[in-house]
Amino acid sequence: MPDRSFSALARRAVAFAVLLLVCVAARAQDLASFEKRITVKVLPNGLTLILCERHDAPVFSYVTFVDAGDVNDPWGESGLAHMFEHLAFKGTTQIGTKDYAAEKIALEKVEEANNAYEAEKLNPRGSDPAKLKELYAKFQAAQAEAHKYVIPNQFTEVAERNGATGLNAETGLDDTMFFWSMPSNRLELWAWLESSRLYDVVPREFYKERDVVLEERRMRVDSNPIQRMLEQFLATAYVAHPYGRSNIGWPSEVSQITATEAMAFHKKYYVGSDIVVAVVGDVYPDKDLPMLEKYFDRVPGGPKPEEMTTVEPKQFAEKTVAIREQTQPFYIEGYHRPNYRSPDDAVYDAISDILSNGRVSRLYRDLVEDQQIAADAEGFSPYPGDKYPSLFALYAVPLPGHTPEEMRDAIHKEIDKLKTTDVTDAELKMFKTRARADLLRGLASNQDLAIALAEYQTRYGDWRELFRQLDQIDAVTKADIRRVANETFVASNRTSAWIETAPPPTPPPGKTAQPAAQNGGAQ
Amino acid sequence: MKIRSLATHLLAAALLAALAVPTAAVAQQSKPWEKIPIPPLRAFHPHQPVRIDLKNGIVIFLQEDHELPFVSGSVLIPGGARDEDPAKTGLVDLYGQAWRTSGTTELNGDAMDTWLEERAAHIETSGGEDSTSLSWDSLKGDSDQVLTLALDLLFHPRFNEQKLQLAKEQDETAIVRRNDDESEIAGRESEKLVYGATSPYARQPELATISAVKLSDLQAWHDRTLRGKLIVSVSGDFDPVKMEARLREAFEPLPLVQPQPARQDSFSEPQQAVYFIDKPDVDQSNIQIVGLGTTRHNPDVPTLAVMNDILGGGFGSRLFQKVRTELGLAYAVGGGIGADYDHPGLFDVEVLTKSASTVEATKAALNEISGLTARPFTQAELDRAKDDILNSFLFRYDTRDKVLAESVRLEFYGYPENYLETYEAGIRKVTLADLTAAAKKYIHSDKLAILVVGNKEQIQPGLDSLNLGPVKPIDITIPGLPTQPPAGAGAQQQ
Repeated sequence: MPDRSFSALARRAVAFAVLLLVCVAARAQDLASFEKRITVKVLPNGLTLILCERHDAPVFSYVTFVDAGDVNDPWGESGLAHMFEHLAFKGTTQIGTKDYAAEKIALEKVEEANNAYEAEKLNPRGSDPAKLKELYAKFQAAQAEAHKYVIPNQFTEVAERNGATGLNAETGLDDTMFFWSMPSNRLELWAWLESSRLYDVVPREFYKERDVVLEERRMRVDSNPIQRMLEQFLATAYVAHPYGRSNIGWPSEVSQITATEAMAFHKKYYVGSDIVVAVVGDVYPDKDLPMLEKYFDRVPGGPKPEEMTTVEPKQFAEKTVAIREQTQPFYIEGYHRPNYRSPDDAVYDAISDILSNGRVSRLYRDLVEDQQIAADAEGFSPYPGDKYPSLFALYAVPLPGHTPEEMRDAIHKEIDKLKTTDVTDAELKMFKTRARADLLRGLASNQDLAIALAEYQTRYGDWRELFRQLDQIDAVTKADIRRVANETFVASNRTSAWIETAPPPTPPPGKTAQPAAQNGGAQ
Repeated sequence: MKIRSLATHLLAAALLAALAVPTAAVAQQSKPWEKIPIPPLRAFHPHQPVRIDLKNGIVIFLQEDHELPFVSGSVLIPGGARDEDPAKTGLVDLYGQAWRTSGTTELNGDAMDTWLEERAAHIETSGGEDSTSLSWDSLKGDSDQVLTLALDLLFHPRFNEQKLQLAKEQDETAIVRRNDDESEIAGRESEKLVYGATSPYARQPELATISAVKLSDLQAWHDRTLRGKLIVSVSGDFDPVKMEARLREAFEPLPLVQPQPARQDSFSEPQQAVYFIDKPDVDQSNIQIVGLGTTRHNPDVPTLAVMNDILGGGFGSRLFQKVRTELGLAYAVGGGIGADYDHPGLFDVEVLTKSASTVEATKAALNEISGLTARPFTQAELDRAKDDILNSFLFRYDTRDKVLAESVRLEFYGYPENYLETYEAGIRKVTLADLTAAAKKYIHSDKLAILVVGNKEQIQPGLDSLNLGPVKPIDITIPGLPTQPPAGAGAQQQ
């Protein structure tokens, strides 16, 4: 259950994976033919069901796409959306418990004990160690009592025993997704499981799971130099909008999230109007839709929760983050850009494609092939999300002996070129050809298609935009690219971050120096 | 040895309760999900590719699929990094990069890039552990031309010095950066502990071995391996009659294939010991408990797959239930006995936990491993594991592409065509007695090495409190590291 982070950067200096194309069954290659196979139904509670028929094999994949993510975390509770996502695997009042009535009372006591412990721990006049110890013991005892009623991991066990494959969830800044694939004779069982956890979640084993999430943070962020840098990069690029907050949450905030807060988040955001469920595979709307409606109708209705309304103020000063540590150098910079609804959205796609897509791309040809100063260099956007105004980011991985400064200068030379000279006809045509082919390639897997349909349905209110985006792409002109480059790539709109390799620390007097091997080999 | 976990007790108790009369103390779970009908799965026959055996020994697989307007293919060539000269470790990787980027005698790599990108098409080459490959894909309309170009690259490559240099820069960067990421260190070093640092299955390229590779080595490698038993596979929206004719025309004239000489590898199990690599910039320990696994030829593999599921596969496994759910000590925990197709895989159990709980988490994981022999498997565990594996078995062949890939894999490693069916039948037959016997035969705690990568100062209590002998530090210094740029030479912005 990862939070969604920028994994491409975590890759080492590698250029191109071999593309083994997956060719599975779409009986269709355009909007018209998909129209025939897709059924959309909005239930009275506001929840949208999308069914896409593909009868090649007796399987289906689904995604539950919730239009709430970590941007919706209240201030001081970063990581809450992700924490709730973990809770959604813990079962319901019917699954995962031996006696829910008794468990409910025990869970209330856990909450009371946690509140008492936290209050003493955070006592502004300082906490009393003896009292703290006693309250902690009570908190532990309350959890042990509640645990007596738990059947651990029963929800996931039932799913896995029934063939669930690729079972997971992801919490992004913008949204949260739950997904897996299953044999199609389990469709009704899946509908029961999935709808149950959407409306009937129980804050079971919450505080143990919070420890698990803190381990996830240590794995993904604290123990990875590039992710550490990215967290600081975003925190610097944004002063007001929650895109600047850690996706997985700041340690002090995640470690204080309570089950009550997680349940409040659920109550507010997990309403029908915030949820799209897409199923792709061996399904038959005539037969299956009434059954699915019956289960998903159990999700509470209510108006769509208010959107997060903070708008990042216009940046007027260039900002930098310099990290000096014993890891290899890296350079990244980002420029604020509008969100996905901007008429220029496809222009940004064109710029990142021309700068970064493949061996003919400008950054590869210049930094990697010609100058031979970088192992990899790319521009990408939107980052870190697309629902709100985000960044156009560019990064380069220096070859041994080369510095972040050289990366910066080379990247600036390339973006200056975009501002002063039109891209070539050939470049623009390549972008458009690739966009069309990549769209079709993306339809191959049931799971990917389910995610794409649900995302477009959520963002545009109509899955058909998945295909219509090609019209926007076709409309991009050379003049658009120059105009947008000039508007975006200006110094006062820039945040940059880099890692410089620091020498190993000199040992304090009286201590023997550690051999270089103990320092991860950097010397 | 601890007693079995509370969680497992409760689980077992609950499952028993479902069969027994409910007790007064605990209400019986109503299990509404068990009342939901599960109709029989409709008959499904995976679409098998057409197999064509050429007289020279080359095998072609054609998998038609007219749903999307693409054609893709690949040529798999026996021989890979494990067969390269140890003094030139990295040669095959460099070959895999430079083969494509160099291009052909007719069309150099840069021109090929442009030609392909104009068509949103790809031709790629790559070097792996036991094979290299050339693959291509394109829209249907361009597929004839792309195939012509791919075959030209296969038969008439022209290795280029500059492109080799570029590939070397990529690999040197990877070497210089290989100690930055904790999990990369743990993965690499744990393989070395099992196979040996100089083993063809664990050795790593160094700056010196990369620099020793010459352009002529790439051509020589190419000429030698292309005489092997090639496996050609094509899938997508093509005319099978025409495609067969095309491929026969290209591959039939080749001489009789020369089989790859059988490898004479020797494998030995590690001794129990604790190894440590200090990484001061992390706050989480990466713990790998590793030993020698097995091969898929081993008739015990279905039993081991069931045992793996019970030990470390998924949410219901012993490791997950104990270390993650009950103790909250890890996000990432799992593992089991690995089985490779033609050499022993790794036994590998992994736990990632905060520095302070390193010893506690290591003990908990070791306890679950030794528990395989100490704590009897239950019928509930066996049933759960079989359900997990068998009910998801369909996903091994639910797309034409997966079926094709499986056919190629079985052909490459010389397994019978019905391997999957046999394996599935084997899983169905596994009994509790099989599990007990397999645990006894394969689980030997004294043949498992423990590797911890983590922050020495934060690991309290220290690893010596595992009481498994002196902790052995591993030196991961990168030989011949170039001088770093002086401090402060970064991107100072004024």
